[in-house]
This record gives sequence, structure tokens and C-alpha cells, in this order.
Amino acid sequence: MHTFAIAQVIWWLLLGVLLMGLAVMVGMDMGVGAILRYVGRTDAERRVALNIIGPHWDGNQVWFILGGGAIFAAFPLIYATAFSGFYVVMLLLLWTMIMRPIGFEYRSRMQQPAWRNVWDWALTVSGAVPMIVFGAAFGNLFRGVPFHFDWDMTSYYTGSFLGLLNPFAVMTGVLSLSLAAMMGSLTIMNGAEGAMHQRARGLAQVAGLVATVLFALGGLWVRALPGYELLSSPGAGVPQTPLQQTVGVGGSWLHNFGAHPVLWLLPLLGFAGIIGAVLSARAGRSHLGWWLGAGAWIGVIGTAGAALFPFMLPSSSDPSMSLTVWNSSSSKLTLLWMIGFAAVFVPLILWYTSWAFWVMRGKVTPEMVAGHDHAY
Amino acid sequence: MINGTVVDLSRIQFAATALYHFLFVPLTLGLSFLLAAMETVYVTTGRPIYKQMAVFWGKLFMINFALGVATGLTMEFQFGTNWSFYSSFVGDIFGAPLAIEGLMAFFMESTFVGLMVFGWQRLSKGQHLAVTWLVALASNLSALWILVANGFMQDPTGAAFDPVTMRMRLTSFQDLIFSPDAQSKFVHTSIAGYVTGAMFVAGVSAFYMLRKRHMDLAKRSFRIAVLFGVLATIGVVTLGDALGFVDAKAQPTKLAAMEALWHPEPAPMPFNLIAFPSQAQQRNLGAVRVPGVLSLLVTHSLDGTVADISTLEQEAQQKIENGIPAVQALKTLAHNPQDPAALAQFDAHQADLGYGFLVQRYAPHLSQVTPADIEAAAKDSIPPVAGVFWSFRIMVGLGLLMLAFFVLSTLYSLRNKIERKTWVLKVAVWMIPVPFLADEAGWLVAELGRQPWTVYGVLPTWMSASTHSVGYMAFSLIGFVALYSVFIVVEMYLMVRAIRIGPGEQGGSGGGQAQPRPTLAPRAVPAAPYGSKLEG
Ligand code: HDD
Ligand code: HEM
Ligand code: HEM
Repeated sequence: MHTFAIAQVIWWLLLGVLLMGLAVMVGMDMGVGAILRYVGRTDAERRVALNIIGPHWDGNQVWFILGGGAIFAAFPLIYATAFSGFYVVMLLLLWTMIMRPIGFEYRSRMQQPAWRNVWDWALTVSGAVPMIVFGAAFGNLFRGVPFHFDWDMTSYYTGSFLGLLNPFAVMTGVLSLSLAAMMGSLTIMNGAEGAMHQRARGLAQVAGLVATVLFALGGLWVRALPGYELLSSPGAGVPQTPLQQTVGVGGSWLHNFGAHPVLWLLPLLGFAGIIGAVLSARAGRSHLGWWLGAGAWIGVIGTAGAALFPFMLPSSSDPSMSLTVWNSSSSKLTLLWMIGFAAVFVPLILWYTSWAFWVMRGKVTPEMVAGHDHAY
Repeated sequence: MINGTVVDLSRIQFAATALYHFLFVPLTLGLSFLLAAMETVYVTTGRPIYKQMAVFWGKLFMINFALGVATGLTMEFQFGTNWSFYSSFVGDIFGAPLAIEGLMAFFMESTFVGLMVFGWQRLSKGQHLAVTWLVALASNLSALWILVANGFMQDPTGAAFDPVTMRMRLTSFQDLIFSPDAQSKFVHTSIAGYVTGAMFVAGVSAFYMLRKRHMDLAKRSFRIAVLFGVLATIGVVTLGDALGFVDAKAQPTKLAAMEALWHPEPAPMPFNLIAFPSQAQQRNLGAVRVPGVLSLLVTHSLDGTVADISTLEQEAQQKIENGIPAVQALKTLAHNPQDPAALAQFDAHQADLGYGFLVQRYAPHLSQVTPADIEAAAKDSIPPVAGVFWSFRIMVGLGLLMLAFFVLSTLYSLRNKIERKTWVLKVAVWMIPVPFLADEAGWLVAELGRQPWTVYGVLPTWMSASTHSVGYMAFSLIGFVALYSVFIVVEMYLMVRAIRIGPGEQGGSGGGQAQPRPTLAPRAVPAAPYGSKLEG
């Protein structure tokens, strides 16, 4: 294959890795936020929950930021078209996400219960809403999104906000939230003792079971949705615009799985991960459960990505203008430079992130939180 | 065709959110270095007062940092949500530094900031010091990469338009990152951040000295801050001068607007100290001028000249005429990318493609462009002179004011007279907002002065926005303004409260009451006043 085509595929894979990093790391923190008011009944308990993720949430959040930056650099057409098309949804995402840094940092700087209560709600909402949006965005990819281009590549989105909240997308949104809640519960189990640990243990199992059911349901539902197929295009590794291809609708999204049965390992990993995490939570082995949960995210996102490939943003109003790996990527030179940067920095990031978690390992108790001034 | 109101609302939204982000960023940049410096003194001398200093200023740092992060999130996605044409047009080039910023800087900054705050008891002294330095380093790296991206918008080097993909394509990564505009901007802006941090620490320390609280901590912090401040202000002024030099070459229209220079003048050119520019009449309604200084400042010689607005407008007319066939060729190429006649036409005229876009605003189909259209577009090629001129004067004026302040207080501080010079201390407190104003004014020069382009000479602002409805844009603008207004009130309240409570007290989780503590008694302060999550 041509170098350019290989670079395109590598960036498609790297984007997948970033999305998985986002789901695992940001998802865990958002899960903790979403379940904060359930696992933490008293102020002291909530502070324990917040301090478990306290040293890490900001670093974790960069997976989200880098996700945005990497789409911009590697697939600028996706960055431009998706983020402007999903406008109201993006606002919902941003407005909730920007409450998190402030919620974490400011919540415990004042004593008044009303003050803390406001920020606890803010953290709950800003944990749950982005995870639903994240999942729903994936769901909408399978339905296609109504957009098209002018001759000069100006993009027009012709749908409405409510159109993005169709039943399938809502289901994938809830799937994503339940996985996050499961990971959040496992994280609380890792870091807390006593009653909180027990509540989180119960919740991890419930959330995991919901996720299992929804993932299975999603698979059946996708079989009924019309899949997209590239009928003709300038091909991989050829500079082009989205105006030069034809796309057929009506096939199956599971087409790639038929052609490459090895891909079935991905959904299998998804199911095995979730069920394994539930069993581990039940057995009180939350560290193992956390890693299995991370595997579940890899399986779920991998399944979606493999089904869509090479499509990245299918258009429902003008399918031939759908964005694919081949027609929305950056130039070869940009992709190669960025592969170089990623090759150096992604391992470095994984290394120092692990070090940071290792330094801060261990349980958090209310006494420790109360004894220290800067604790969240 | 994009609605003009949508473009204006997008511009207002970008300006509001970026200026807001840049209220917090310079303090992060400057304070992180001061924290690292204080902690270095602590580790090398072992004197606990310096740890107390690092911990106290670290607490204020975090209050500011939270809003830097929150508002930065908006910035990262705003290019896609509100400027989608821009994003697809230059994403090939512009996206790369943004992604590298995430990979290289944000991850490092955000991961280690967690350890800096929570790690005091978990890390050895040396490890903690390293972590603090990494935070400072990373915040500067993030400035570097974002300014490389912005430098491309100011002076697009290392890229070319590709008629096959209808977008810009990277041609040289080296040219992109070593663009003189990006490099001098980076140094000027990060040093402006150090000035900001220095002024903040000096001002807050002066506040304590005036009240005779925490004298030891305040005097030491003050001294470090003003020393750092002198060096940084000298640097910012020098680099500002260099930026003017770069602008003269890369963005002549911006420079002409900065100087309100409407008509040609012989060398040595006079400098408009004060002027009241009128865009409509293309002249200054009154001016105070200093002979010879402009040539000296901009060209560093007495016989150099600076291009004036009327000449630049004429040049723009020629470029517009030359750019029109390039856009017309593109329309053919969009449907038939191989058309040889269109390719040849494009090649011959591509240098002025952006100017062809500029006139499309008045003649969307470019079939009958009138001389009036061309003249209107050429007038558009000049940025709003009064805004650029005055922002520039404000920035420079405040810079010189701060230079004077820092030199004076360094002299008093080194001679140990500072606590008796109450007027200097009072001035210091009042000067806290000054660097922030200078920062914002500087960005107004840079960004207003780049108009009417998002990418200078290549992509007009009016084309760059997303195709949203006015209602959507008004909705999002109102939402951001409302949220940000709440945030700033909360932030200012917590910041002032933390300053009033002062070092060594239980500022957050604990009591929260301001009790005067004996100063000069570092031992009375718990070994880890904050920051340590737990023990064992
Ligand atoms: C001169 C410096 C500078 C400039 C011009 C900008 N920023 Fe910034 N930004 C920083 C310097 C910085 C910083 C000091 O490095 C911050 C403050 C807090 C932090 O973590 O990094 C930051 C935070 C920050 C964050 C949050 C990072 C995190 O969670 O850790 C994002 C996503 C952005 N910025 C993005 C932008 C964008 C898209 C900009 C362009 C319009 C921009 N910034 C202008
Ligand atoms: C944080 C510091 C910054 C501030 C305070 C700032 C300020 C502004 C202002 C005031 C405008 C409006 C100008 C106008 O429309 O008349 C603007 C526009 C814009 N700036 Fe910046 N800017 C900053 C950094 C950046 C950076 C680093 C980038 C790119 C990486 C950037 C990209 C843009 C874009 C895309 C627009 C919109 C198009 C336009 O109106 O020119 N800005 N900025
Ligand atoms: C007195 C000396 C100064 C001179 C001659 C000077 C010069 C300049 C120039 C020419 C620009 C426009 C850059 C562009 O075209 O993009 C600029 C921008 C800027 N200035 Fe200054 N400046 C001075 C002092 C200051 C001070 C004291 C501060 C803040 C503490 C400051 C902060 C900024 C910022 C934040 C920008 C926008 C970013 C950039 O474009 O680099 N400047 N300055």
C-alpha cells in the first residue's frame, strides 16, 4: 500500500486509541461525578470520592482535549463538519465540561452546605451529560447525519437538535453512561472503605448489567439499520474531496465483520470485559474489575469503529458526501509528522501518568481529607 | 453564502472567550515560574519560609488555574463549532500545533499539577521540585505551540493551497514552527506572562506589608517578584520592538494601523504619540507627533520608511484584480480537478487567491465585478485603525509604567527600605490589574490588526465562520457570557478571600476564618499546610 494510505489508517487507529483513552480515563472521573450523590451520602464521604480522583482528573481530561486536537490535525474535515453540525450538542458538552474544573477546585474552599451542594450537583450533571453526549454521538454515526458541502467545501448541516436525540442514539448514550458509572464505581471501590465501598460495589454490578443488555440490544438494532457502502471513490491514499465518490445505502453495517471474522473478537472483548468487571466487583476484586472494564471500553469502541470503517461521518441527506478515512484526512506530510510526535509522546504520557497513579496509590479516608487543607 | 451577522456574532464570541481565557493564562505562565523559583530556594537552603511561600502562592495559583483550564476547553473546540470553514481550510497546518500542544504540554502540565498539589508528602523534596518545574515548563510549552498556530494566522509560512483538495496543505513543517512571527510572538507573550506573575506577587505582598502581616513572607516574595519583574519587563519591551520589526515585513497593514499612518511621508518619518484616526475620512483628526522617531523605531534607521495605508490600499486593488481569475479557476477545478486550462490559470494567479475571496463578499459570483466592488474590498483590507492604534498605545504605555515601577521597587527592596516606602507599596497594590490590561490590549493589537483576515492575505474572516443561524449564535453567545460572568465573580471572590486569609491558615476545608498569625514563625505552621492527600 501507498505510504499516504498507511498513514491514514494509522491515524484512524490512533484516533481510536485516543477515544478509548478518553472513555476509560475521562469516563472513570465522570462516572465518579455522576454517582457522587449516591455513593457519598455525607459531605465527608463526598470529599473522599472527590479526593480519590483529585490528583488525576485534570490529567485525565486531557484525553478529551487531545481527542479534539488530534481530529483537527489528522481529520480536519471531521473536526469542522461534526463539531459545527452537532452545534447544540457541543454546547451542552462544553457548558457541562467547563463546570468540572471549577467544581473540583472550588467546592471545598467554602464551608457552607448550600455552596457545596451546588457544586455537587454541578459535578453530577457534568459527569452524566458529557458521557451521554459522547455515546449518542457514536449512535448518530450509524444513523447518518444530515449535512452536505458546497463546491468550495463550505459545509451545511440541515438537521435539528432533536434529530440527534433519536431512540438509537439515546440508547447508545445510556450505554456509555452505564459503562462510565461502572468504571466510576470500581474506582470508588479501589479508593474508599466501608459503606462507600459497599454502595459502589452494588452499583458497579447494576451498571454493568445495564451495559451488557444495552450492548447486546445495540448489536441487534444495528443489524436492522441500513449500512453504508463505498461504491466508487478515488481510493485510499489519493488526495480528494468528498465530492468525488458514490456511496450506496442499504447494505449492512456488519459487512466488515462478515469479510473479516476475526473482528468478532472486538464485541467478544466488550462482553467479556463488562461481565468480568461485574463478577470482579461482586468478588470485591475492584482493581481487576477496573482493568476488565477498560477492556470492555476497548471492545465496545473497537466494535463501533470496525463496523463503520472506512466511514467516519456518514451523511444521511447526501450519502455520497459522507466523510471517510480517505477523503477527510490531512495531507501525507502532516500525518507523517504527527505520527512522529505521537510515537514519542504517547508512550511518554502513558509512562508518567502511570507514575502519577503509582505515587498517589492507596485508600483515602475522611480523616485524611479533613486533616489537609488543600484536599478537594 | 454566510450571513454577515453570523460572522459578527462568531467574532464577538471568539473575542470574548479568548480575552477571557487570557485573563488567567498569563498568571499561570508567570506564577508557575515564581513557584518553581521559590521552591528551588527552599530545597537548596532548606529554609521552611520558602516552602511556606511556595505553598501559599501555590494555593492562589490553583484558584486561577481552574479557570484557565475551564476556559481553555472552550477555545479548543470553538474553531470547529464556530469557524468550520476556517478549520477545514487550514486544518492541515493549524491543527498540527494544536494537537502537539496537547501531546507535549497539556498532558504534562495537568498530570504534574495534580502531583504538585497533592504530592507534598508523597514525593521527596527533589521529586516535588522536579514536578513543580515540569508544570512551569509545560505551561510555557503550551504557549509555544498555540502561538505557533497563531503565528501561522499572522504570517502563513510553510503552506500552499491545494486545488485538488480545495484546502491548504502543509509544505514545510520547519517553516511553520520556525516562522519569525511565531517565535517572537512566543517569547513576547510568555514573558508578558512573567511580568503578570511578578506584578501579582509584588502587589499581594505589598498588601501584606502595608498591613504588617506575614512580613517575612511578604518581603521575600516581593523581592523575588520585583527582580523577576525587572528582567521580564525589559524582555517584553525588547521583544515587543522585535515584533514590530517582524510586522513591518509580514503584515504591513497592521503596522500602518498601529501607527495611524494614512499617507506617504518622507524619511525620517514622525511618530504619532497621540492621534485620533478617522477610518471614514482616512486621516487623523488631530495628532501629537515626534519627528523622526517612527523610522527609528520600526526600521532601526533614520532613512527607512513604513508603508502607509493609501499605498497599501492601491496595492490591494491590484492583488484583488489578480486574485479573481484564481477563484474562477477553482470553480472549474471543483468539478473537474484535472482541467488543464483551469490549472494553468490557477497557477498563474494563486499568489493572490485570498484577495479574490475578499471581493467575493461584494460580487459573490465574480462574473461582473465592478470597480466599486474592488475599491470596497480594498478598503476592507485595512484593519480598524483607531482600535489598533489605541490598544497599541495602551500596551506600550502600561509596559513602560511597569518598567519604571519594577526598577524603583527593586532598588528599595535590595536596600531593605521597601517596607517604609508606603507609597510604593500602595502603588504596587493598585498596579495588580495593569499587566492584565496590557495583555488584553496586546491581543487586541494582534487580532484586530490582522483583520479582515483570519489567515493573513489568504482567508478572509467573513468566509471563515460556520453556516449557523443567527439564533444559534446568539444563543451560544448569551450562554457563554452568562456562565463566564458567574465564574469570574466566584473566582474573584475566592481569590480575594484567600489573599485576605493569607498564608498558613486553614483556607479551604478547615476553619476559613482569618486569624492573625504571628509572623516570622514558620515553625508554627504545620509542616504541610496543604496539599498532602494522606500518609501511608
Ligand atoms: C500564551 C499562552 C496561551 C494562549 C495564547 C492560549 N493558551 Fe490555552 N492555556 C495556556 C496557555 C495559552 C496555559 C497557561 O498553558 C493553560 C492555562 C491552564 C492550563 O492547564 O494551561 C491553558 C489552558 C488551555 C486548555 C486546557 C488545558 C488543560 O485542561 O490542562 C485548553 C484546551 C487551551 N488552553 C486551548 C487554547 C486554545 C485553543 C487557544 C487559542 C485560541 C489558547 N488556549 C490560547
Ligand atoms: C488568548 C489570547 C488571544 C486573545 C485575547 C485573542 C483575541 C481575539 C480577538 C479580540 C479577536 C476578534 C478580532 C476581530 O474579530 O476583530 C480574535 C479573533 C480570532 N482569533 Fe484570537 N486571540 C487570542 C489568541 C488566539 C490564538 C492563539 C488563536 C489561534 C490559535 C486565535 C485565533 C483567532 C480566530 C480564529 C479568530 C476569529 C476570526 C477573527 O475575527 O479574526 N486567537 N481573537
Ligand atoms: C513597551 C513595549 C512593548 C512593545 C513595543 C510591544 C509590542 C507589541 C507588538 C508589536 C504586538 C503585536 C504583535 C502582533 O502583531 O501580532 C504586541 C502584542 C502583544 N503584547 Fe506587547 N509590546 C510591549 C509591551 C507589552 C507588555 C508590557 C505586555 C504585557 C505585560 C504585552 C503583552 C502583549 C500581548 C499579550 C500581545 C499579544 C500576543 C502577541 O501578538 O504576541 N506587551 N506587543
